[in-house]
Amino acid sequence: MSCSCEKKLESNFNNQEVDLTLLEPVFKKYEGQNASLISILQDTQDIYGFLPLNALKAIAERTGNRKAKIYGIATFYSQFRLNPTGKYIILQCQGTACHVNGSEEVSAAICDELGIAPGETSSDGMFTLEDVACLGCCSLAPVMMINGEAYGNLTPSSAIEVIRAIYQKEKGGASN
Amino acid sequence: MKIRIGLGSCGIAAGGKKVRDALVSCIKEKGLDIEITSTGCIGMCFYEPLVDIIDDKGEVFTYVNVNPEMAGEIVEQHIVNGSPIDKYIASTGKKPFPQLEKQVRVVLQNCGVINPESIEDYLDKEGYKALEKCIKEMTPDEVISEIKASGLRGRGGAGFPTWFKWDAARKAKGNEKYVVCNADEGDPGAFMDRSVLEGDPHGLLEGMIIAGYAIGANYGYIYCRAEYPLAIERLEGAIAQAHERNYLGENILGSGFSFDIKIKKGAGAFVCGEETALIASLEGERGMPRLKPPFPAQSGYFGKPTNINNVETYANVPWIIRNGGSAFSAYGTEKSNGTKVFALAGKVKNGGLVEVPMGMPLREVIYEIGGGIKKDKDFKAVQMGGPSGGCIPKALIDTPVDYESITKTGAIMGSGGMVVMDETTCMVDMARFFLDFTCKESCGKCIYCRIGTKRMLEILERITHGEGKMEDIDELEKLCISIKDGSLCGLGQTAPNPVLTTLRYFRDEYIAHIKDGKCPAKQCKSLITYSILAEKCTGCTACARKCPTEAITGERKQPHIIDPEKCIKCGNCAITCKFGAINVE
Repeated sequence: MSCSCEKKLESNFNNQEVDLTLLEPVFKKYEGQNASLISILQDTQDIYGFLPLNALKAIAERTGNRKAKIYGIATFYSQFRLNPTGKYIILQCQGTACHVNGSEEVSAAICDELGIAPGETSSDGMFTLEDVACLGCCSLAPVMMINGEAYGNLTPSSAIEVIRAIYQKEKGGASN
Repeated sequence: MKIRIGLGSCGIAAGGKKVRDALVSCIKEKGLDIEITSTGCIGMCFYEPLVDIIDDKGEVFTYVNVNPEMAGEIVEQHIVNGSPIDKYIASTGKKPFPQLEKQVRVVLQNCGVINPESIEDYLDKEGYKALEKCIKEMTPDEVISEIKASGLRGRGGAGFPTWFKWDAARKAKGNEKYVVCNADEGDPGAFMDRSVLEGDPHGLLEGMIIAGYAIGANYGYIYCRAEYPLAIERLEGAIAQAHERNYLGENILGSGFSFDIKIKKGAGAFVCGEETALIASLEGERGMPRLKPPFPAQSGYFGKPTNINNVETYANVPWIIRNGGSAFSAYGTEKSNGTKVFALAGKVKNGGLVEVPMGMPLREVIYEIGGGIKKDKDFKAVQMGGPSGGCIPKALIDTPVDYESITKTGAIMGSGGMVVMDETTCMVDMARFFLDFTCKESCGKCIYCRIGTKRMLEILERITHGEGKMEDIDELEKLCISIKDGSLCGLGQTAPNPVLTTLRYFRDEYIAHIKDGKCPAKQCKSLITYSILAEKCTGCTACARKCPTEAITGERKQPHIIDPEKCIKCGNCAITCKFGAINVE
């Protein structure tokens, strides 16, 4: 049934095997509710940490929507992740206040330290780096948030110190 | 004696929770029985974490920039020994914050004052009195007349008269109508709505319920950014409390009017600030705008008449009903009534939230309330309206903040972001920054917005890399006009504004980049180099230790040098050097 363009499209998603039975409570929660596709995807991401291809296919089938529509929504919104994340998620604020206070230099230093670009995960699975539009802590700019905890008034070196401290904690002494 | 601590997102980011934990453990240690409550953001973000000690006479002492060690001192000296520590206190009941003197607080009246998780606190501040007045004493038309008398205009950016939208939704045919709150605050550099949601959630709910009564709707949706988890948590709590007291639900206070509110989490798309895109997203679709008319007031959520306002607009409503429309319109200018909340940030000393009467000159906001520019540098421009707005230059710093005057400068009032820039901000880079944002956030429906912003971004990147041509400026101006004309929604129509205003006021900076290969603000990395002035360098090694790429080398007590190959131009050395030995050219 599936044509080659569908395969090509699906290659943008992560094909990892996941336990689809975990989705049952989500389907139940939104059963018969119109307008709940985004909420279903949000709940799915809460379960797996990202949106696995197989889960998207299951959602299309169970909600009676075309797969293209589900893929469209999953790729339209910046909140949705198509790949697994690291243990720590670093959100780098790219708001205006952070920008004029030097967030670009901070970001360059973090990328350099971790050897990844925004949107990527470090090869040891420890850190995922993401750009966000604004964390709303403008008076503490530049700001980053790591697993919900905000760090403000950053400089390139203080940002690196934060990351190295996390590495140290994780690896019991050995820094990167 | 009571303790109150500011635990909005900014307070938490500044370490507020650690301060609270320290206070709790100190109090326990001393065997004291003192209530600690939390509150939202009072707007003095630069003073966070803030701790209020309220003595038995009700006098408030506000401690600022508190850390866990200070918390111990405060408990020991102020609470146990009864002697306030003056050096840590910035405001008392007798001597309030000087920054607040020029402000008028309508929307923010409860923020930083009440415990947002307590409906009792809200009720103590005349909470839900306006709702009672509406459903018991006023007809829906009278409510709309009162809003009309207040002159309230949409606080989300466009400034459309609120009463007109309400009236259109009321008159629209159909039994099923909706009230929607746009809490998808997407402008980078703006956080007014977040503070209201976190600091006074009941104020928003009350405004929405009144809107529901006025237009004849029984359902409301709050479309809130998922990036605001604390706001969502507080709203959920407030909705549950309002249900318990029957301010929400069936037959509210026995009036026969029923209303319920649900929260929908946005999934991160700037375009969803546009009302038709927001409705598409509420319906679970991709957030893409559609042609207007029909306006949402006629055909909105699932084709039903829908009224959409933003958080700040609804939050004004209870005050207006309680105090009368004319009391509100007494503030402000002839066409822009009332007050406006601004998020003051960037290179300003006292960053935070301010609420001022419309018409106050920008100079007063930035210098008298904001305390002026950080490190007393030169003011260069203020960016208003985010990616849809523009940069207002120093020459226009006496512009009054009202819808008409700000629009005349080429910027827009927007939702209230006010980012201050000094001499070290490159205006070409600023334009590039915003185009990068709109280019990423374009939904892709209109070709001019989708591809035009991309072409503009490429040109701006070229200029900031020192590869611009003089024809680029004409090309930019042409693209600006095409994108404005060829886009369906506000995102595209306003996307060129940051470029247009910087070209209008800072054209010489564009020319300096193109013709001289220089960035006057010394920000564009391709156009600057870092070096060390040997005569000033003392060889203290401080910069070398801070350099993230180990580009700085040299013997102790000897002048150091920077390897231009390794230098990433992060500027760390310049921040670190105490002797002014780092030269940027």
